[in-house]
Amino acid sequence: MFNHIARRLLHALPTLWLVATLTFILLRLAPGGPFDSEKQVHPTVRAQIEAHYGLDQPIYRQYLRFIGNLLQGDLGPSYKYEGWNVQEIIAQSAPVSLELGALALVVAIVVGMPLGVLASLRHHRPAESILMGIAMLGICLPAFVLGPLLLLVFSSSLDWFNPLGWNYPSDRVLPAFTLGLFYAAYIARLARSGMLDVMQHEYIRTARAKGLKESVIVCRHTLRTALYPVVAYIGPAVAGLISGSFVVETIFFIPGLGQFFVNSAFNRDYSMVVGTALFYALLIILFNLLVDIIQMWMNPRTRND
Amino acid sequence: MIKQKKVAAANSAATSLGQDAWQRLCQNRMAQIGGSIFILISLLCLIGPFFVSNTYDATNLAYGAQAPSAEHWFGTDDLGRDVFIRTLLGGRISIGVGFAATVVALLIGVPYGAIAGYAGGRTEALSMRFVDAIYALPFTIIVILLTTWLGRSIVLLFLAIGAVEWLTMARIVRGQSKALRKQTYVEAAMINGVPHHRILLRHILPNMLGPIIVYTTLTIPAVILLESILSFVGLGVQPPMSSWGILINEGAMKMDIYPWLLIFPALFFSLTIFALNFIGDGLRDALDPKES
Repeated sequence: MFNHIARRLLHALPTLWLVATLTFILLRLAPGGPFDSEKQVHPTVRAQIEAHYGLDQPIYRQYLRFIGNLLQGDLGPSYKYEGWNVQEIIAQSAPVSLELGALALVVAIVVGMPLGVLASLRHHRPAESILMGIAMLGICLPAFVLGPLLLLVFSSSLDWFNPLGWNYPSDRVLPAFTLGLFYAAYIARLARSGMLDVMQHEYIRTARAKGLKESVIVCRHTLRTALYPVVAYIGPAVAGLISGSFVVETIFFIPGLGQFFVNSAFNRDYSMVVGTALFYALLIILFNLLVDIIQMWMNPRTRND
Repeated sequence: MIKQKKVAAANSAATSLGQDAWQRLCQNRMAQIGGSIFILISLLCLIGPFFVSNTYDATNLAYGAQAPSAEHWFGTDDLGRDVFIRTLLGGRISIGVGFAATVVALLIGVPYGAIAGYAGGRTEALSMRFVDAIYALPFTIIVILLTTWLGRSIVLLFLAIGAVEWLTMARIVRGQSKALRKQTYVEAAMINGVPHHRILLRHILPNMLGPIIVYTTLTIPAVILLESILSFVGLGVQPPMSSWGILINEGAMKMDIYPWLLIFPALFFSLTIFALNFIGDGLRDALDPKES
């Protein structure tokens, strides 16, 4: 198991390097420097600014410096937020995004799992079609449609929640649902098909023959196996949650990393864009590893490899 | 279901795989509904604007935002522009970008995957390692990176989206091509000295058409969604051009007072995604060789 984890971590290194290099190349080739939008700057001042950020050096020197700093966890100064280092901005805003993402994941599982399990227990009955219809609806409503709709109903009309901000616990509800419901719908579908799959197995029939209660069969026998595809889906879901956070943070004005990323792409804040993308890559790689470990732990057959 | 299989079995002697698949597709009700909805919306977006007398950029400030009426079916926005025509034109751009970017993805992904799978060995390992590495990042992030570089024009936008969507295509095609390469008829062709490009074009490519078609239909809604996300956060199509993402964004800002600005574009968008997904699922079932 440790060998496996170590191998996966080693595989992650070239990925991170490639992402770092590609983003570096892309952004250095970008037309228009980070200071283009500012008014006419005197050439001397401009040269000084560029020297300050190391932009006057030959490109390979910039690259080596960039990678060297990276290895020390230093992502360099932001071009637009003066006086801030990229890693400082990430450290400030990432917790907000992580909280949002974690809550959305909770919504996805807590809503999606029961929906799917219930549908599978009502197989071939109207309740199943209704539940799965709801799930399909969730899949066809992306965050940027769902968010405004939820705001319209629960904030403007019913006045239950604040329309924007991230100050009170109640401010978390609408964003978490906006981000999480799509994945809840997806998880419901996975859980349903997983359950139906498992229920055809012999050992379920044996359990029934022994006279076990249906609730025990579901909780003890089917759920555990049916959870497997759901857990496998959490890896890709996290990648999706990150992309979703750009939209949700824009809708609800949440001061998270997603907003910073989008804004820095807008402003061509090179170091900020590269740093954030790298951070996301690292996050996704770590999460996939975590999911991998959970899956190994869940499946005894792979536990002792 | 049983009846369906019987029909398929009875005809399988006399019909080709293509006809067979078509028949199965015609029996899939959800795919039919999806297909009808999509054709309807596409035609509406494509031809509709020619029949509407209102123009998309004609502003009428005195008129202002009006609720839906006989003259303006979907109402007008606060600049007095007709929402119906704007929704249709936005759809043109969204669906257009969807198709164009998918073509780009096809043109890169299919040759890349086919050659990687066919070549095998170190070529395959290296080229797929590269794909896997980029694949580690969500597409939205890569496209945002690319648009930072390329700028925000619409042509560059679909190039950027195509430039990431090909990755999945390459992965699928490579798996197929790798499996086909081991078939005896491909080996026979190799022994006969058929050049590699001929083998790829004549033997490998036609046999992967099924999965390619299925994946192409599933790529289109994915692209439309990606474009809308980008436009929504302001990094995609730029005003005054409109796409569904922009319209939904504008609508979301004013939904308290003028809800129709949000509802109609959102409805069109969701219906399209819904329809395309059902067509893709239906095609996957219809073209699955295990069924025939």
